[in-house]
Amino acid sequence: MTEFFASSRGFVVLLLLFAIGAAGSLLFNKNDRQANYWSNLFACAGSLWGMFVAIGALVAPEPVAFTLGFSPFSLLRFSFLLDRLAAFFLFVISLIAFFCSIYAIDYVKHYYGKYGIGTLGFFYNIFIAGMLLVASAANGLFFLVAWEIMSVASFFLVIHDRDEQENIRAGLLYLIMTHLGTAFIIAAFLLLYRSTGSFDFSAIQSGGAAISPVVKNAVFVLSLIGFGTKAGIIPLHVWLPAAHPAAPSHISGLMSGVMIKTGIYMMIRVFLDLLAPFPLWWGVVLLIAGAVSALLGVLYALAEHDIKKLLAYHSIENIGIILLGLGSALTFLSLQLPTLALLGLVASLFHTLNHATFKSLLFLGAGAVINQTHTRNMEELGGLIRLMPQTALLFLTGSMAISALPPFNGFFSEWLTFQSLFQGIAATDSRTIWVFVIAAGSLAFTGGLALACFVKAFGAVFLARPRSNEAQHAREPSFFMLAGMWPLAALSLLFGIVSGYVANILQDVAGTLSVFQGFPSPFLLAETGRISAGGFSFVSPPVVFLLLLIALFAVFTAFNFLFFKKQKTTFGPTWDCGADLTPRMEITSTGFARSIILIFKGIMKPTMLKSVECRDGETRYLPKSREIRLGISNIYDTCLYKPAQDLALRFSLYARKMQSGLINMYILYILAALLGALYFSL
Amino acid sequence: MHTFFDILQILLIPLASPLITGVIKKLKAKFQNRRGASVFQPYRDLWKLFHKDEVISQDASWIFRLAPCIVFAVTLAVGAIIPLIDLATFAAPAGDLLTVIYISAIGTFFLALAGLDTGSAFGGFGSSREMTVSALAEGGLLFSFLVLALVAGSANLFSIADSILTTGNFYLQPIVLAGIGFFIVLLAENGRFPFDNPATHLELTMIHEAMLLEYSGRRLALMEWAAANKLFVFMTLGANLFFPWGLMHTFSPGALAAAVVIFLLKIAALCLAIAFIESTIAKFRFFRLPDILFVSFTLNIVAIGLIK
Repeated sequence: MTEFFASSRGFVVLLLLFAIGAAGSLLFNKNDRQANYWSNLFACAGSLWGMFVAIGALVAPEPVAFTLGFSPFSLLRFSFLLDRLAAFFLFVISLIAFFCSIYAIDYVKHYYGKYGIGTLGFFYNIFIAGMLLVASAANGLFFLVAWEIMSVASFFLVIHDRDEQENIRAGLLYLIMTHLGTAFIIAAFLLLYRSTGSFDFSAIQSGGAAISPVVKNAVFVLSLIGFGTKAGIIPLHVWLPAAHPAAPSHISGLMSGVMIKTGIYMMIRVFLDLLAPFPLWWGVVLLIAGAVSALLGVLYALAEHDIKKLLAYHSIENIGIILLGLGSALTFLSLQLPTLALLGLVASLFHTLNHATFKSLLFLGAGAVINQTHTRNMEELGGLIRLMPQTALLFLTGSMAISALPPFNGFFSEWLTFQSLFQGIAATDSRTIWVFVIAAGSLAFTGGLALACFVKAFGAVFLARPRSNEAQHAREPSFFMLAGMWPLAALSLLFGIVSGYVANILQDVAGTLSVFQGFPSPFLLAETGRISAGGFSFVSPPVVFLLLLIALFAVFTAFNFLFFKKQKTTFGPTWDCGADLTPRMEITSTGFARSIILIFKGIMKPTMLKSVECRDGETRYLPKSREIRLGISNIYDTCLYKPAQDLALRFSLYARKMQSGLINMYILYILAALLGALYFSL
Repeated sequence: MHTFFDILQILLIPLASPLITGVIKKLKAKFQNRRGASVFQPYRDLWKLFHKDEVISQDASWIFRLAPCIVFAVTLAVGAIIPLIDLATFAAPAGDLLTVIYISAIGTFFLALAGLDTGSAFGGFGSSREMTVSALAEGGLLFSFLVLALVAGSANLFSIADSILTTGNFYLQPIVLAGIGFFIVLLAENGRFPFDNPATHLELTMIHEAMLLEYSGRRLALMEWAAANKLFVFMTLGANLFFPWGLMHTFSPGALAAAVVIFLLKIAALCLAIAFIESTIAKFRFFRLPDILFVSFTLNIVAIGLIK
């Protein structure tokens, strides 16, 4: 049975499901209800089918490779390769897409009559199919086509809520940044084509020895920038905190949960699979990029008061953590320590899976809140735990998982990442140890700051008293939205408890890469009951879970049912120091994080804008109202993108001089271009 | 015999922790030329609080009501997986130093949420400060353990204690540096001087007490007790990991007696150190606290440099 799913026919069915979903929702564009059910049910069916395809490819003894159709161009082949790495990413994409689609059935209802659901469903199906194609393509040109399908479809999804000018701007920024990245990727593949004469991944891999070191390094830098833009490495992240909040929430969940991971997938594919062996500095660069992204990502998240921007910055942080695993894998491989490299790669794959589950859960939860309160500003929320108890519990689960609290899944993948960094400190020599020390230090502080950030996020949104009228009238979301979130929360816990089993599967997935062929016994021993990193360390997920469960159960029972039951409990107002306690006296999310921002003021550049409006313009003794705005300055715009833009503008001004308007001049240009082309081709 | 030690392991921390705070208070009183309350006063306080009626804020949710149980349970869970008297415990298979650090983070998480839950301005600022300090303490805590793990070649707390017993003398300098780093984190995580003043409710500076301000009666008792547990757990970690001499290797009545006596002596020395610090220096301004925490982190980095 599994052979059928993981075959060309099974894959065609998969693509057809999404194609029918896309075409049908365009047909039903006139009727919002039909378009909604049609598009999301087909997306559900397609994602479910995608999970079966992925499982089929995971259990298949050999990688499944096939070519579909024919292409009119000799270099472009629609060839697919479903090896275990691709299958793993197919699985993650399908898994998250499945729950996001269930959620979407009720979520998109608030767009009825406002924006066409047909176009949303069309691009939604195309977007998921595009991601699946990206993960399974085995030809460079075909991959670029799939990459474009994914990027353009997601652009239209970002600007779905198009009445707000801000969303259009965010979408344009995303479109520009993603194409900037694509340009670098195209350059990388062209360089590879020059050296190997083919765009096929298999041909590039077998011709890898012929690629000169200079070209290899150039390909590394180009694809790091290209794929790093999609993944959201700092300083290429600028589109991410703009685009994720603009998109509808189930789209944000998909973009943040899985789309940015396609960048990680391609880094693994290109660096580890196609280009190995490689010099030491590749891994070091990835480690430093990961350390910087993780630490800065969480700091920027702390400074946010827009709930979805906060989550978007946490995606950057988690991409950093994934890169720490991947970077240590590359470093260990260059140092001829393949067993440790496998540990690093398993850590990054596991964190990819975990981040996909809890981040999509958090975005869906945020979507439910925004749907009810019509604001993303956390300063206007509060007290929702009483009005939306289930959503609050789900968001709390996601918060605990992303803060790496045991027994949830985030802890165990961060544990693996820590182990690979510890091994880097313990097992390598003085050249690389300090890189690993920096990386481990960054990860340690990131963990602590993420905890602070989610105390702030959960506290500001769900605890205390409502800070606005909208927040007082919120209600629990409807059935399908909850049905999309509950399984994700359950998976966050389940992947934690059985993380040994999952890590074992991931070790199989990573071990099939050619760089890991032929070494004796793995360093990481993962069983259901116990994960051990060599003789250095171990953790037992079920024991941790049981320990916490038993301790909590014992204390709870003793406290509530056994001892001191006679005491009365009365309810009264919070102590108000004699004044009337209003929600404005609660700590704000900006205030909560301000002390951390001020401590890191060297990096964060905090700003404070004061404006006073006075009753009498002359003397300024009697202020009528004061306003203070706390924020941080955007150093990437002022220091990187603005200068680059100015440079481009200035260059364009020079280039404009070519445009003289004389027809003779243009004929001269044509002649020169022709001669030049002839000269270089002969 | 093992069952006996397992029960001892679970019960010793919660049963003895009020005594530790009592001893510290007594020592502080002596430093200040006061007679001070009995060392058993914290037990009486807990007993009294457990018998009082309690008032809960109308704005509080289940987080506020459940948090004391969670925070207390977390200290019990951490207490069960650290080396206390002997080098084995039933829960040792749970994990390594990271497990200990991140399990105790659950307690911090819910304590801070409970501080936010009632919507009081004090609770909110207490949570904010608590999370700031604990986020910055994380690096020092993890790296001080990492130094030991590198010395011992293992991240398991029991192997660390065991290995430092046998090889520690070669690495005295790094271990002492890491020990100082850890001691700073101990003060920060437990709200002692110079980070927080456990004795007052001074509204401008309090951290830990601000989060507990809305608690009363038996929930307050549980929170106070959990704080004492946490202090005892951290002192045990400091005493048994950085200076593991005296831990029982194999069971014999003599070894057990020696282990208990040496353990108590080490804890008493730590109590003395804390009481001495609290009687001689002032609480630091909030924005100077990160400096001390970064000192802790840097000391550990230096220690790693000394090992390699």
